[in-house]
Amino acid sequence: MFSDYSSAELMSIFAMQGFAGLTLFSVFVLMALGLAIIFGQMGVINMAHGEFMILGAYITYLTSNLFSQWIPDWYGSYFFVAMALAFLAAALLGMLVEWLMIRHLYHRPLDTLLATWGLSLILQQSYRSIFGAREVGVTMPDWMMGSYPITDLVEVPINGLFVMCLSLGITLVVAALMYRSRWGIQVRAVVQNRPMAGAVGINTQKVDRMTFALGCGIAGIAGSAFTMIGSTGPTSGQLYIVDTFLVVVFGGAASLLGTVASAFTISQAQSTMEFFLSGSMAKVLTLLFVVGILMVRPQGLFSLKVRR
Amino acid sequence: MTTTGLRSLFSRHDLLSFAVLALLLIVVFPLALDIFRLNLIGKYLTYAFVALGLVLCWGYGGVLSLGQGVFFGIGGYMMAMFLKLEASDPESTSIQSTPGIPDFMDWNQITELPWFWEPFYSFGFTLLAVLVVPTVFAYLIGVAMFKRRVSGVYFAIITQSIALILTILIIGQQGYTGGVNGITDLRTLLGWDIRSDFAKYVFYFICVALLLTCVVIAQFIRRSKFGRILVAMRDAEDRIRFSGYDVANFKVFVFCVGAAFAAIGGAMFTLQVGFMSPSFIGIVPSIEMVIFCAVGGRLSLFGAIYGALLVSWARSIFSESFPELWLFAMGALFIGVVLAFPNGLAGLYDQYARGHVAKALDRWVDQLTRSDSNRTVQGVAHERQ
Repeated sequence: MFSDYSSAELMSIFAMQGFAGLTLFSVFVLMALGLAIIFGQMGVINMAHGEFMILGAYITYLTSNLFSQWIPDWYGSYFFVAMALAFLAAALLGMLVEWLMIRHLYHRPLDTLLATWGLSLILQQSYRSIFGAREVGVTMPDWMMGSYPITDLVEVPINGLFVMCLSLGITLVVAALMYRSRWGIQVRAVVQNRPMAGAVGINTQKVDRMTFALGCGIAGIAGSAFTMIGSTGPTSGQLYIVDTFLVVVFGGAASLLGTVASAFTISQAQSTMEFFLSGSMAKVLTLLFVVGILMVRPQGLFSLKVRR
Repeated sequence: MTTTGLRSLFSRHDLLSFAVLALLLIVVFPLALDIFRLNLIGKYLTYAFVALGLVLCWGYGGVLSLGQGVFFGIGGYMMAMFLKLEASDPESTSIQSTPGIPDFMDWNQITELPWFWEPFYSFGFTLLAVLVVPTVFAYLIGVAMFKRRVSGVYFAIITQSIALILTILIIGQQGYTGGVNGITDLRTLLGWDIRSDFAKYVFYFICVALLLTCVVIAQFIRRSKFGRILVAMRDAEDRIRFSGYDVANFKVFVFCVGAAFAAIGGAMFTLQVGFMSPSFIGIVPSIEMVIFCAVGGRLSLFGAIYGALLVSWARSIFSESFPELWLFAMGALFIGVVLAFPNGLAGLYDQYARGHVAKALDRWVDQLTRSDSNRTVQGVAHERQ
């Protein structure tokens, strides 16, 4: 299959597909980070994670509409406002959900799966009732359009670059929060031993709620970033949820580094194969590869060595 | 099976539940409903097979599979392949560029029947394959996972991705599988029209008979030593392992049984509905199958069947009259079942009604024995004194 192309062409194909893979990688990282916190740290299976992302996307859509209607001069910067709003909205909804539902289910992880699946159905239908069944798209500000040529054959789209920087930044912030802040220590303490963490004076309920809210908030930002790459519909979230879970599980649930590494592996494998095979076969092969590795190493690539 | 055999298998209360279920399915529904509704019930019952398997896997074994749609689908597709080959004989497909192959292959410029379709000319092979292929597949997955001690959440996610893989594969390989549309336009089974009302009645009763058989098998598993080890394993896996049992083998077995049940359901689905498509086997239907089981009660074989019937029925009603409310209702059902009554309808029944029913049953049995063989009962009583 390589013989049809000259070596220069092959190089640029790999470069282009590699870059497309990098964009996919950033998206995966954004989607998976929130889940890595919720699932990896708290052990809650949040099947509504995709719907939290879509919430962020819809908030971005609303904000862009507001900007273009009322303050078109400032349209170039709407995205940053939208991102903050998306984070807030998703985090608030997350807090509400934690209070109403998740906190009753901490000792029954498989049941959180069912309950959050129910939540995802309700959210989907709400989006459909509010925003309509059709997909909505956002007009990108001018500075994000176009692409940046590196060589004659290789061009780098700017929105892709922006998403990449965004996910890099957010990963760093999350890593700092989890491993360098007092709050992060509390989170990890609560996860490892809830009664003991409570006994030393950590307000475990509050920590749980904030952790869940943070995970959902990051999902909101991911959704916000989505709007720059594609359009959003009520059921878009469901398309990504399995991928996202696989990324988190493949990387080793409790490890941020693992999440990033597995997002990289999966996205590069998929986007390189996509060029040579049909899209669906590339997807199938990637998933099979991941499932195969998980059967050999059920704890994922990077797992903490903890006695259980 | 002898009466004593049944006695040891079913407690008095289970026997009553079994009788009520059999009465409902064999007598009440066929008499009360027209053939269209009865056919719908038959379709719901095929989901009950899956729910029954899930009670064993999830309720008793503690192994939640989110990929039961895979086995349902494999069973269904195999039956559909047989029917499709029968429907595409050279005469009725003579307008195609290659007569004698299924129409969707012709549309996709495939000129020869693929090798894995060949065996499905044989009905015997198809019946065997419906049972064996999903079971072997489940065995492979089960061995690969349980021997490595993959469990709980991880197992659920992996089975879910297997469901996704299968769906993408079927949709992507349009020429071999019929793609999104699935395998449609099925007409006859061994030359016998499956679309007639009479055929629908026959399939309904076959479905009921198979379901009741599966209930007996499941009840047998549940009441045997194996079933008790299964429950013990769910509650304290390590203790069972340290007592010298190979935990993985038990899980593999129960997973295989669940897969075989689901496959039977899938095959009956194809026969009763007349087609099979990827929309019945992916992630969403697989999770819905879990909710059938959860609503009915994850610990109750009979509950699972009623759960499948009720939820599917409610879905039909809702999506006919209030399509936009359906997802809200379904979502609320998921949340409500998990938060408010984790043991489902059967749990509610156990909590509130079971005592009364048991008392009434006792009184009734007492009366029967007193009027039938008054003297012997008194005689026995005298001897005891």
